[in-house]
Amino acid sequence: MRFRPPDSFPGLRDRFRARLPILCAALIAFASCARADELILASTTSTVDSGLLDELIPAFADDHASTRVKVIGVGSGEAMALGRRGDADILLVHSPVDEAAFMAAGHGGRRLPVMSNDYVIAGPPDDPAGIRGAGTAALALARIAARDAPFVSRGDSSGTHRKEMALWAAAGPRPRGYTEVGQGMGEALTIASERGAYILSDRGTYLALSHNLRLEVLVEGDPLLENPYSVITVRGARHAAAADTFADWLVSPRAAELIRAFGIERFGEPLFHPSGSLR
Amino acid sequence: MDLFIESLREAVRLLLRGDRYVLEVVLLSLRVSGTAVLLGVALGLPVGIAVGLRQFRGRGLVIALIHTGFALPPVVVGLFVYMMLSRAGPAGQLEMLFTPAAMVVAQAVLAAPYVAGISLAAVQAVPGDIRLQASALGASPLLALWMHLREARLGIGAAVVAGFGAVISEVGAVMMVGGNIAGETRVMTTAIVLETRRGNFATAFAMGLILLALAFAVNAALTRAQQGRTLAAERRTW
Repeated sequence: MRFRPPDSFPGLRDRFRARLPILCAALIAFASCARADELILASTTSTVDSGLLDELIPAFADDHASTRVKVIGVGSGEAMALGRRGDADILLVHSPVDEAAFMAAGHGGRRLPVMSNDYVIAGPPDDPAGIRGAGTAALALARIAARDAPFVSRGDSSGTHRKEMALWAAAGPRPRGYTEVGQGMGEALTIASERGAYILSDRGTYLALSHNLRLEVLVEGDPLLENPYSVITVRGARHAAAADTFADWLVSPRAAELIRAFGIERFGEPLFHPSGSLR
Repeated sequence: MDLFIESLREAVRLLLRGDRYVLEVVLLSLRVSGTAVLLGVALGLPVGIAVGLRQFRGRGLVIALIHTGFALPPVVVGLFVYMMLSRAGPAGQLEMLFTPAAMVVAQAVLAAPYVAGISLAAVQAVPGDIRLQASALGASPLLALWMHLREARLGIGAAVVAGFGAVISEVGAVMMVGGNIAGETRVMTTAIVLETRRGNFATAFAMGLILLALAFAVNAALTRAQQGRTLAAERRTW
């Protein structure tokens, strides 16, 4: 401990006083972070992870400078929970049965078909359960179950998880190697790859990650594997008018063109097909 | 192994190029976690000082509770703050959910126990007679306290650094209350999660390297201050 002569106190006191306002100012600075009046879009992870929304949102901003869209990437189940609590203004989801329930319960305003892509069943290249070319998803899953081959499930109430459960319900009992990982599509694909397991994935996420995966697409093209996406405006949302504007834009020819073109450069094929083009 | 080397090489390239996306994310991380730690200091330091200086009944319990705060899981704090700020929650009117302010609140709650617990130990380690001595030499009680805290300042610095380290590296709370919105609430840890999911391992790895480098820089500065002071004290003794 150092000895301080009394005459050094005034200097210390001044320094003490000089530093107080700096601390106070710094504490007040954080208050400037808050912002309001922005549209919150809860969107499925596949549209975020694939990069589709990175294309669509700036284009929408060009057309509608007054509206800012903030994207939260969550599973379809969680997105609808956000909508029910009023924490999201608009949803982009792919879980038709749950969407119908959401609308029936009066949580939604409008529900419009936006686009679709498809699911694939991927698995290890050596295909121990022999599902390659099985033709239908139900037959493929039945073979996986018969061999008790490992199968990785999202297990997170996402649209993909719901679809998978519906497919299992049609195919019969699940294999002993069935694992629920409770994570997003990317994580689930990585786990399946490391474990040499089969998995149901949307095509877009599979293609985006395929260079890091030891998985091949083994079953595709079954009509049951179609994956439609809808936009739903939340009834009583904070920014209801902006949500309507965005929903209308999302099904406009301009958005359809962007959706159709997305992914061709990177993957050699489009990842999503705008619904308008099917009609 | 190829994957690892390629990711490392690409990460270094991104860092050297000063990639704008990476830079934005790093700056937001610093802003959010820095503000959170300031707030955590405002909450935790007075508690740490008060408990460190005073004897009272139940003091042991208070200290145990503060130390339990070290083990607060970020997702639980995130969930709690989410429920408070949700439109269906008590503070929904603030419209703070999915903003940097919400992330600051959650991280401040996480940082406060670190600041309180470690500053408590630092304040307690300073011999109490320094205040007696200062008072005897004519200092006011406030100034005497200030002198006591000056002696504990490196320990208090360590408390702030520990709080910063805890919050800059957490992902559970900021993901939940921030939503990982591009350009708004995307910080280093949530960007690492997203880029990993997207298969952009190099970008994720680059962020991880920056995170480590930041943690190292902060700790190196503290260590330098601590060691420098010890050496100076030794020189004075001789």
